[in-house]
Amino acid sequence: MNIHEYQAKEILRSYGIPIPRGRAAFTEAQVERAAREMGGRCVVKAQIYAGGRGKAGGVRLTGCADEALQAAKDLFGRTLVTPQTGPDGLVVRRLLVEEAVEIAREFYLSITLDRQSSRYCMIASAEGGMEIEALAEKSPEKIHIVTIDPLVGLRPYQARKTALALGMTGKLCEECVTLMMNLYRCCLEKDCSLVEINPLVVTGSDWLMAMDAKINFDDNALFRHPEYQEMTDFSQIDPLEITAGEFDLSYIKLKGNIGCMVNGAGLAMATLDMLSEYGGAPANFLDVGGGAAKDRVAAAFKIILGDPDVKGVFVNIFGGIMRCDVIAEGIIAAASEVGCTLPIVVRMDGTLVEEGKRLLQESALNVLFTHDLAEGVENIVRMVQG
Amino acid sequence: MSVLVNKDSKVVVQGITGRAGLFHTRQCREYGTKIVAGVTPGKGGTIIDGIPVFDTVEQAVRETGADVSMIFVPPPGAADAVLEAAAAGVGLAVCITEGIPVRDMVLVKRTLRESSTVMIGPNCPGIITPGECKVGIMPGDIHLKGKIGVVSRSGTLTYEAVKQLTVTGLGQSTCIGIGGDSIIGVNFLDALRLFNEDPETEGVFLIGEIGGGAEEEAAAWIRDNMKKPVAAFIAGRTAPPGKRMGHAGAIISGGKGKAEDKIRTLRECGVAVAPSPAKMGETMVQVMK
Repeated sequence: MNIHEYQAKEILRSYGIPIPRGRAAFTEAQVERAAREMGGRCVVKAQIYAGGRGKAGGVRLTGCADEALQAAKDLFGRTLVTPQTGPDGLVVRRLLVEEAVEIAREFYLSITLDRQSSRYCMIASAEGGMEIEALAEKSPEKIHIVTIDPLVGLRPYQARKTALALGMTGKLCEECVTLMMNLYRCCLEKDCSLVEINPLVVTGSDWLMAMDAKINFDDNALFRHPEYQEMTDFSQIDPLEITAGEFDLSYIKLKGNIGCMVNGAGLAMATLDMLSEYGGAPANFLDVGGGAAKDRVAAAFKIILGDPDVKGVFVNIFGGIMRCDVIAEGIIAAASEVGCTLPIVVRMDGTLVEEGKRLLQESALNVLFTHDLAEGVENIVRMVQG
Repeated sequence: MSVLVNKDSKVVVQGITGRAGLFHTRQCREYGTKIVAGVTPGKGGTIIDGIPVFDTVEQAVRETGADVSMIFVPPPGAADAVLEAAAAGVGLAVCITEGIPVRDMVLVKRTLRESSTVMIGPNCPGIITPGECKVGIMPGDIHLKGKIGVVSRSGTLTYEAVKQLTVTGLGQSTCIGIGGDSIIGVNFLDALRLFNEDPETEGVFLIGEIGGGAEEEAAAWIRDNMKKPVAAFIAGRTAPPGKRMGHAGAIISGGKGKAEDKIRTLRECGVAVAPSPAKMGETMVQVMK
């Protein structure tokens, strides 16, 4: 789960990590007022669920409150396209107004899961502000990694070694040790899959400060943090993905015109691959999950049909725990409710498949039933193109 | 022979009284699995479907000699369930539960390093030795006792592969669903090692997907150590970068974990990669010739 920079910074501050003085703003008036409070010289930063904002023009340094207001007028409602947003970009609805800070040095610092060792690791570099992936490719020797034993936790000596490697000394080094320890505590207590400070800066007056921050929460741990629910900015998420979330369905909008409903993530990915291979273009990824009930299948089908690009639907279900008659009932219910006339190809296999087939064929839907995966894919691609 | 489970395996089900737990306990028993005990805290001393229920795994092991645990405990208590199984000395813990927090699994994985318990999963369909023992949620009837070891990060895609292996007559020695999470117990390498030494396994089919570097690691190991032919399929060639495709571990980030890289590496290491999910069985037949 994503949150905005200003929310991430609030969390860091609650762990004693220094951040610039700032305010989140939802209106132009709020931006102007915040800028006045900062004394005019400030940074206005677009809050979107993606990085690379600076290069896309989403970060403005302003010299007075009027300039901040101009920046706000320009940024609110603007669509930012960055390497992380995809070609459609994301619309700016919130801004962060921060005091401008004099920067002496910049660093990179993050904690995330290392899949290789199945442990959290702390990643640090004296090359702040750069994208860490790019740095890892260009000069991996400039990245310092500490793999953290969960039974022992991050130890101060490990943090100190890292801070020294970054070139910090004396009081500054010890401050950085404290900051790193707090960052690890934050990562665990808040169930983060990533906490990233980039850049972590040393200010002109020799203070450590988190100039930019990014936090991702572990989706599996949301049940431990009911408060996260309210932090989501729905303007940053595709509306169909929001509805899917309500039904606990895994849905991702894609560019094509063949709607897809599949059970199981692996089979869903393989189905999309196969549609492309046969010259079709999938409109979405949708995993209805293992034990989906009739209303969940119906909800899934409605989400697929809610995408105006969809010109046909391919259902690929390998029964297993899911009963094919239940899937069929769900499809029929949803398609009848929205008056769907689009071609539907259903490929089902598994428990009670004959019953599912009978229900579909007896319905008034424009549906073709098949047992064979390749045959199903071929048919839907042809029907959508024809 | 076979790997990890066979006709003598004695299975305890943690979370047996839950809806999914009970449903799949019945399915497994119908398949022929020896289900000897169930565990649900607070329900010790009761009997469900003729299976004795205990409060703890330790009691279940002591009373019934269970050596395999199948875990259906919901996410908040699932990590504890795996740790309990390990503490009770169960040899194999198969964790079906989907949605366990990463922080919990980091601890579990670390703790299991000092234990002899092998974990499969979490977020997996389980393990089956056709005709002998099914510990998991896969449909039993698509399997055929045979000679191909199957190892997979996916669920339903595995069923697809299994069915094709059955239709082609090759059958399966053992199928292991290792799970789709970022942190898992048995991985590709562990499974390949087991299959390499198992006299009943004559070839291996590996099913991978985008995210992480496990397939690349497996490829290198196959090139250097594998005595048997291996075929594979990788899902997610058309997946958009940065999006989580259902499985927590299925994400391409920072240009790493792409399907085409995995496919290329596997092919370079002598593994036949099926061009399409409809051709998994066919590809296996070709390498077995």
